[in-house]
Amino acid sequence: MLDMLQRLGHRGLSRLAALGRAGQILLLSLLARPQPLTMAPLVLRQIYSVGVLSLVIIVVSGAFIGMVLGLQGYTILVDYGSEQAVGQMVALSLVRELAPVVAALLFAGRAGSALTAEIGLMKATEQLASLEMIGVDPLRRIIAPRLWAGFISMPLLAIIFAVVGIWGGSLVAVDWLGIYEGSFWANMQQSVDFYEDVLNGIIKAVCFGIVVTWIAVFEGYDCIPTSEGISQATTRTVVYSSLAVLGLDFILTAVMFGEL
Amino acid sequence: MKPDNDCIIDIRDLTFHRGSRAIFERVNIQVPRGKVTAIMGPSGTGKTTLLKLIGGQLHPDEGQILLDGTDIPGLGRRELFEARERMGMLFQSGALFTDMSVFDNVAFPLQVHTELPDDMIRDIVLMKLQAVGLRGARDLMPSELSGGMARRVALARAIALDPDIVMYDEPFTGQDPIAMGVLVNLIRRLNQALGHTSIIVSHDIKETLGIADYIYILSDAHVIAQGTPEELAEVESEQVRQFMQGLPDGPVPFHYRASDLMQDLLEGQ
Amino acid sequence: MRMRNVEIGVGVFMLAGILALVVLALNVSGLNLSQQSDGYKVYARFDNIGGLTPRAKVSMSGVQIGEVTAIRIDTRMLMAEVEMEIFDDVDYLTTDSSASILTAGLLGEQYIGIVPGAEEETLADGDYIQDTQSALVLEELIGKFLFNEVGD
Repeated sequence: MLDMLQRLGHRGLSRLAALGRAGQILLLSLLARPQPLTMAPLVLRQIYSVGVLSLVIIVVSGAFIGMVLGLQGYTILVDYGSEQAVGQMVALSLVRELAPVVAALLFAGRAGSALTAEIGLMKATEQLASLEMIGVDPLRRIIAPRLWAGFISMPLLAIIFAVVGIWGGSLVAVDWLGIYEGSFWANMQQSVDFYEDVLNGIIKAVCFGIVVTWIAVFEGYDCIPTSEGISQATTRTVVYSSLAVLGLDFILTAVMFGEL
Repeated sequence: MKPDNDCIIDIRDLTFHRGSRAIFERVNIQVPRGKVTAIMGPSGTGKTTLLKLIGGQLHPDEGQILLDGTDIPGLGRRELFEARERMGMLFQSGALFTDMSVFDNVAFPLQVHTELPDDMIRDIVLMKLQAVGLRGARDLMPSELSGGMARRVALARAIALDPDIVMYDEPFTGQDPIAMGVLVNLIRRLNQALGHTSIIVSHDIKETLGIADYIYILSDAHVIAQGTPEELAEVESEQVRQFMQGLPDGPVPFHYRASDLMQDLLEGQ
Repeated sequence: MRMRNVEIGVGVFMLAGILALVVLALNVSGLNLSQQSDGYKVYARFDNIGGLTPRAKVSMSGVQIGEVTAIRIDTRMLMAEVEMEIFDDVDYLTTDSSASILTAGLLGEQYIGIVPGAEEETLADGDYIQDTQSALVLEELIGKFLFNEVGD
């Protein structure tokens, strides 16, 4: 019994310590004296590997999810004779929920795991230590650009996801199932509010981007520098960021759309 | 004989624990300026840890590490990075930045720490690469280099800023005899030509004895012997002789601490 | 030249993101920046507003001319008071206009329909529309229908 309590306490304490280290990394790398000139090309390069290279998976999954939504929405709504509302359904579910959440999950799997593995490997091959010895702070040189790139890329990816998804939905609903195009778009425009729906969706995406990138970067920086440690850290990145995204989504939804 | 009084690094009463295990206990080491000092000992005695302590990447539990009189563990983050500009370190794996070419790797410290114009940096980089014999390899990526070449590039990078101290972490491990010979030669030659202080951490006895001016042997968290190579050859201590001559068993036991074999076998039944 | 490709890629990415945002704003949410310009406030009291909500359309002959900005109870009259914002360029609503709560389709959302009257004077900021017609509530309707049947 006491042993169990002790183990619980030990795990709790080590989690807390990890949280502290994660916060420290975030603060030290973001609050460090900004050097726009040296930072810009580094951030650019990271946006490329984190954002641009994730585009394909985002666009493809966005299109498919939109198409499925269109199809499902149609089969349900047609029973009530209100199949023109399919546009509204597709757009609202994408803009409010699916685009930020699914894009964040894909982002965690595609970009987050890559970030963790890359930083972990840099640690294992002593590149981080050697940066330190050259007198360059790896938090500024390696971590900060990756954080910024993630923060910038994730909302853009979510927006692109939403638009592609809506396009996919219209493809199915309008072009294949023959819903009148005008009512499809008009219904959508009437029910989607820019501030309430679109902006809130973007705020969600920004939050998810921060959380996922932060977790990915921290797990890489904090991993045990062996091949096993890196693989564990990569798994942890995907698991923790997925859980964090889903949990955070509930909280944000409750705050934004609920009566909380 | 004591090393002469002109020490660049003076380690006093250094104590360091990893978990509950003592890596160093009240260790005193003086590194003379401009010489090649070797720190030797069996694997797992914390030789690499010592370099990390000197570089300020780890903090000692107790004791001082004085670099020209300033205590490294006591420095703030910024001062520490400034102090590190005076040190070059050659990591065991080379630790080249894998996303940069050989040229950019060597140019990196110069670009970060100096305001030199590009063509001047180019000249310096080419000179450093020439010194390690790899000027022709400047456009290769680190993945295209052999282990020995990677280590030489890393050496060129470590001396790019003309540091006062160059630290070598196991420079000879895993090298074929030719690459090893090249490295031994290079370390010696660079030390003489550039006049910096070299600290070598290694367990390759023959090579290290060949270039070191002064040697410390670490074992079980203590310095068990120190002196010039000639002095060490005459030390009577069992431990030192075992290490220097590479005997498999002796005071440094072949067996990890365990209970009696017979008893262990019987217990299983 | 590798850096150049990276920069082009990032540029395309950024552009795609911004374009997507514009599409979301204009095509999907129907955001019309000119509509965000100020309008003037007009009030109307109803016995029953049914399912009317803020942000519902205010229209005339089916064309949107404003939106509902607030709904509250007028504690003196004990009726629902609806605050509407009418677009500035709609300056032809007469003081004897009538406002009724209508439903788009059988199950659609509710909106306010305004029918102008014949007066010379037009409504200004803060005016009340006197002639109002409440929402049709299905239960009342059925009740009336049954009553009439019995009455006959």
